[in-house]
Amino acid sequence: MTVQGRRLLRPAGALAAAVAVLLAIHAASGRAADAPPSVEILNASYDPTRELYRDVNAAFTKAYRERTGTSVTVRMSHGGSGKQARAVLDGLQADVVTLALAYDVDVLADRGLVRPGWQARLPHNSTPYTSTIVFLVRSGNPKRILDWADLARPGISVVTPNPKTSGGARWNYLAAWGSSLTAGKGEAAARELVAGLFRNVAVLDTGARGSTTTFVQRGLGDVLLAWENEAHLALAESGRGRVEIVVPKSSILAEPPVAVVDAVVDRRGTRAVAEAYLRFLYSPEGQALAAKHHYRPRVPEAAAQAGRTFPAVATFTVDRLFGGWRAAQKKHFDDGGVFDSLFVNR
Amino acid sequence: MSAPRSREPRAVRLVLIGLALAAIGLFLLVPLAAVFVEAFRHGTGAWLAAVSDPDARHAVKLTLLVAAIAVPVNAAFGLAAGWALGKFRFPGRNLVLTLIDLPFAVSPIVAGLVFVLVFGRSSLLGGWLAGHGIEVVFAVPGIVLATVFVTFPFVARELVPLMQSQGTDEEEAARVLGAGFFKTFLRVTLPNVKWALLYGIVLCTARAVGEFGAVSVVSGHVRGATNTLPLHVETLYNEYATQGAFAAASLLTLVALAAMLAKAFLSRHAGEEAP
Repeated sequence: MTVQGRRLLRPAGALAAAVAVLLAIHAASGRAADAPPSVEILNASYDPTRELYRDVNAAFTKAYRERTGTSVTVRMSHGGSGKQARAVLDGLQADVVTLALAYDVDVLADRGLVRPGWQARLPHNSTPYTSTIVFLVRSGNPKRILDWADLARPGISVVTPNPKTSGGARWNYLAAWGSSLTAGKGEAAARELVAGLFRNVAVLDTGARGSTTTFVQRGLGDVLLAWENEAHLALAESGRGRVEIVVPKSSILAEPPVAVVDAVVDRRGTRAVAEAYLRFLYSPEGQALAAKHHYRPRVPEAAAQAGRTFPAVATFTVDRLFGGWRAAQKKHFDDGGVFDSLFVNR
Repeated sequence: MSAPRSREPRAVRLVLIGLALAAIGLFLLVPLAAVFVEAFRHGTGAWLAAVSDPDARHAVKLTLLVAAIAVPVNAAFGLAAGWALGKFRFPGRNLVLTLIDLPFAVSPIVAGLVFVLVFGRSSLLGGWLAGHGIEVVFAVPGIVLATVFVTFPFVARELVPLMQSQGTDEEEAARVLGAGFFKTFLRVTLPNVKWALLYGIVLCTARAVGEFGAVSVVSGHVRGATNTLPLHVETLYNEYATQGAFAAASLLTLVALAAMLAKAFLSRHAGEEAP
């Protein structure tokens, strides 16, 4: 072979060696993983549940191995609730979904991935924990933001994610709307309040976690509308002494549902594990973990067990005020809905 | 040969040079330094812990695997395209040249979404694949496809103009002297472009390792399964694990710096290949 030919082949040889080493590592790590009976399931969840499910997965894995001898790995995928539902529709192989609102699971049911009537299959509307929408304000509450009406005042800068993409933001929107309705003010006043609120929005992120980062770390806005659990997390993680939580007089009862994706578990043969995983959320241990992460548990004693107290809020539900999620989605958030008309005319 | 003397007054020159240096410092060096400062904020131990975390290790492995598939595929394609388009004229040649550039022009999110549309569960092809237990999107094959698409033009873009300017004289001489097709290709065509080929491979690798947009759409973001290193950085950042995010980001930055060094070295040699 010529000198030139040999010089040419050297990089090609190095590349081939690198590929071979890589494949060997890959194969070795793959073999080590599947020694005892083991199952892997995927939980597609929304943004703020990252910390909750890290604890839940560890506790469930341990409890399930002790009970059945099978070792389970629960993999997580997080993102905006609507985006996650979309991904499952497009083929993400999630065994269970734990999303921000029932409508996103309804979408899966409409396409045959989840059986109809899913919400009656587990207790409490298939929502093992609830939450509500609260305000996070700058320390000392310099703008005196105490209730929903204050958010529409001129000169207040509001941070909320986009209701089109974020489940949490849809709860924010309906909480504002509902607060006006429950105060006996009627539709026109509710529309006025929400229009004023969105006129004050400074940054419209796509997901709840993005909004929290905008408010806490980038320091934008006077008030952040957030899940109660997300507000507590933000307080603990990065904003101690810089932000504080304001609980409005009335707010929405946010019910983030959980469901087994029937089409996926039937194909993968993981139904037993997936159902046990969701039932674990209702167990005393699961409920205490929910409370620890500032989700309101369905079993009140779990809050005390986790050392948490939840301030009393007069809550209203989507079913009562808006006739359920499908109706609320159609009227407010679909293209050409109320949100579009308010936001275009702002 | 000395550079022509500028006729601008000294003060103007100093101001312009100062502005250029300030811009480079502000937009390039400060962010670069910030990555490493943040990555090592809690010491080398914390950095090591962050990059040896199982999810981080998996992300690195996946990223390398994807690059190890995408780069050779695109190198082979680039060579074929360079040879066909650089050495021959045929009807439709300009159309092919334009199509090769398509991934440069298309936004990465579109690049990702087309694969979801074509291979997603709701499409005909995706439904058939799902029926046979083959996962493409939200699994490793989808990530590879998206990366191949995005890095498609890098090697071809380097080779087509060079091979065209080199012409076919040497190949014709080799054929006249009795060399066959493969011998001509291996002994004449390939050695003539090897530095440009390596240069394209370096650019292609850098982009394959760093690609975020298209991969983000087709990945599904499952930790320890379909999170590549750039996606892992985003995941950690969203979990308030800022130091971990920057530790992972520092690995990506090192790859980029290595690519830049290799690029500087190769571009000197690549210049020699131009006739």
